[in-house]
This record gives sequence, C-alpha cells and structure tokens, in this order.
Amino acid sequence: MNIPAELCYTKEHEWARMEGDLCVIGITDYAQGELGDIVYVELPQPGDHVELMGEFGVVESVKTASDLYAPLAGEVVAVNEELEENPELVNDSPYADGWMLKLRPTNLEEEWATLLDAEGYKAVLADAAAQ
Amino acid sequence: MTTPLKRTPLYDTHAAAGARIVPFAGWEMPVQYAGVIAEHQAVRNAVGLFDISHMGILDFAGSGVAAFLDGILTNKVSDLALNQIRYSLVCRPDGGVLDDVLIYRLPTHYRLVVNASNTDKIVAWLEHQNTSQHWEIDIAVVNSALALLAVQGPGALPLLQSMVEDADLAGVGYYRATQGLFLGNEIAITRTGYTGEDGFELFVPAAAAPEAWAALLAHGASHDIAPVGLGARDTLRLEAALPLYGHELDEATTPYDAGLKRFVRTKGRSFVGKQALLAARKAGPNKELIGLHLIDRGIARDGCPVVVNDTEVGAVTSGTFSPTLQKAIAMAFVEPGAAPPGATVQVRIRAQLRGAQVIALPFYRRGS
Repeated sequence: MNIPAELCYTKEHEWARMEGDLCVIGITDYAQGELGDIVYVELPQPGDHVELMGEFGVVESVKTASDLYAPLAGEVVAVNEELEENPELVNDSPYADGWMLKLRPTNLEEEWATLLDAEGYKAVLADAAAQ
Repeated sequence: MTTPLKRTPLYDTHAAAGARIVPFAGWEMPVQYAGVIAEHQAVRNAVGLFDISHMGILDFAGSGVAAFLDGILTNKVSDLALNQIRYSLVCRPDGGVLDDVLIYRLPTHYRLVVNASNTDKIVAWLEHQNTSQHWEIDIAVVNSALALLAVQGPGALPLLQSMVEDADLAGVGYYRATQGLFLGNEIAITRTGYTGEDGFELFVPAAAAPEAWAALLAHGASHDIAPVGLGARDTLRLEAALPLYGHELDEATTPYDAGLKRFVRTKGRSFVGKQALLAARKAGPNKELIGLHLIDRGIARDGCPVVVNDTEVGAVTSGTFSPTLQKAIAMAFVEPGAAPPGATVQVRIRAQLRGAQVIALPFYRRGS
C-alpha cells in the first residue's frame, strides 16, 4: 500500500498537500482499495466553503457510498473535473490524477497541525487492521 | 452474544487468493477478487466462477415429500418431471413472502435451495408445517456436506462440457438438472443461475470443493474465466432484474406486488397463503416494481424515495452502477400506475432530487 511520506492525512482517509498557498486534497490508496471500483464522485463547486472535517462530497463505488471530509477549512478554488467522466482515476492514481479539491485554507496554521503525518496514518491503518 | 460466522469449504481458497471477505447472512464470503466491474464483465463476456455454498441446501426424505412441499410452495411441486427445477415463493398465511427458493426433483430425492439469510427461518417454517400437519418428513440441511458452485457466462457450457463426463450439457434445458462425472465424483449439475447469463450450478462434495475450484480456474483459463464475488453477483442480478430477498421481496410483499404471478399456481392446489393470495390478486397489487435509469448523476441506493410531482410515490429497493449499461440503474417499489415506463420521475439522493426515467424491466437481456 502506498502512503507517500510527503503528504498529510486524516483518520477518515483523505490526504492533503500544500501547493503554493492552495491545499490539494484527495483520498488515500487504502481508501480507494477499500471502496473498490469507483463510479461516481460528487464534489462541491468552486466558491463553496468547507469546514474543518466537514463533509465536502461523496465517493461512490459499485457497492457503496462514502462521505468525504475536508482536512482543512477553506474556500474551494478548483475541483478535478476529470473525475466527472473518469471517476476510476481515483482508483488508478489516488495521489495524483485522482485528486479531488483545491482549497484556499482559512485557518491553515492552526489546522495543519491537526493532520497526521505518514507515520501517524500508518498507525491508524494498523489499528483498523487489528480490530 | 454473536454467533460465529460460518465458512464455506472454499474459505481458505478465497483467502489465499486475496479475495476481500465480508460477513454476509451469517457467512464469511468473498465480496470481490479483482474488482466488481471486471468480474461482472467476465460473466457477461466470458465465464465467471462463484462460490454460493452459503445458500441453504435442504434435502427431503420420507413418504409424501412432494405433497408436503406442494402444500407450502406457491409453485407446483407434484408434477415436476425428473431432474426438473422450479422457482417458487414460500408465503405466510397472509400472502407475505417468507423466501424465494428453487425446488429440485433429483433422481433420489427432492431438494430445496433457499437464501442464506432465510435458511433458519425456512427450516423452522417447514418443521412447523411438518409437525402441525402430522407429516413425517425428514428435512436435512446438507450444507456441511456440499459446496455449491455457479459457472456463469457464455463460456460456461464449453468449459463444463470439456470437464464433465457422461453428460451432454448442451442437451440440458433451462431449469433442468443432469448427473455427470466431474473430477471423479458423480454430481448434480443444473442449468440455473442468478446472473442473466446462460450457466450451470454444481453441487460438489465439500471435501472436493477446493480441487474443483482450482480445476475450473485452470481449465477455464483458456476461456478467460474469473472468480467472482458477491459484489458482482449483485450487479449481475440487478441488471437482469432478478429479485433479491430483503430488497424486492420481504414478508410485507406478495408475489403479485413483486411481479412474480407466474410462480403462483392456484388452480387445483392448496398451499399456505393461497386464500390470501387469491384475495390479493382480485384486489390488485399494493405496489409495483419499476426500473429506473438515472438521468442526472449519482447512484440511487436502497431506500431512496421516488418522487413524482413533489409527492413521494415509493422507494428504491436496489440500485447500483450498471457495468454493462455504464449508467446508474435502480429498481423501486411505487404506487401502482404512479410511474409508467417512459415517465420521468425524481429520486431523492442525499436530500437532492435527481431525474430518472422509468424503463421496462429487465435492464439487461442476454443476446440483446
């Protein structure tokens, strides 16, 4: 399983990385694997505001729907429109072509510290596996 | 206290193959191997292999088995030909569906295959009838002795014909059984399935199941066989508009509500629920099962309300993304006449109304 060291993570299996002053957000390799074939991604619109750990969308696999949670609060600057036609990009490339949102964070310094690093996220997965 | 989950004779095989295993109806079952969509396509285009050993397998012995079952099933049992199989409902006295089943007349005995989720309920129901009606039928759940494998798809016939001795599988009609020699065991092979494709189901001795599974995959490689989990079993049956108990069928639903009237044979018979079903047939159905194509994006799931002119007229019973049609599909129960084929309705998904078109079922028909 791929857990890139340079990204930050949530317990809900989103990843985040800063690109200039924007935060790019997606779901982890583990999450896409658990969901299976992803067939639909519902995302907010540019200009929408999302709350810290607020639901920002839904990802649907053949079998189930799963809510998406924002790692940071902020204003949606862009969504990955490629996912409309090719939701399987989330399966194929969860950390690159399958990105979902670009946010302009409203409370970056305080909230960034709440995110997990790769080691912390690995521990979350290990806990989940142990249960 | 929770009951430990049961495992089929192929559990270790699935686990070793890296299948994702989930609890289902009291069993630990593979939900997917390579992925639901790829497995689905394998069945539509080539051949898929399923472990469905969780299905309850009931064998009957004693005097008057056919008459006993004829008094319980909505479809006729007494006139089954040798090696014939029928789909039937089992109803409560008020006509509500307890389960949907297959009844088999095998050369040596009658067999009933019931839903895993309903096995205990149906065994108790049959035993209640057995005792209260003073029958002395021996009812045995034989799951510990048997595995049930489904081989489904256009490649099923050529694959199995190459592996089964002493049986002409092409000559076996739909919903008929035959006996053949498979890897040294004399087994029952039936032309049945739950996918909308041609295919067969094999009752294999439990001890021989891992070897049978491996041999089918090995021989099937040249037919592009794929092992298939319950995830694709659900998308396949939904495209074919086959009902799933707990979704399109339950105790508050009559066979007429679910559009299954041809499996209710009332003439010259007496069975549990007959009087209520005659009355229900006369009164007309309480609800109607419809098919939906989502026009707007999103996937309608079980429970999503169906809305016509701002009024809820029913709810989705099953919904998924159809790998064959490449769009979201759903079945729904609605008030009779509220949503005729061709009509545009709305489905409420996460508080948002999405457009959907009513279409005639099934969504997928083989050869079309």
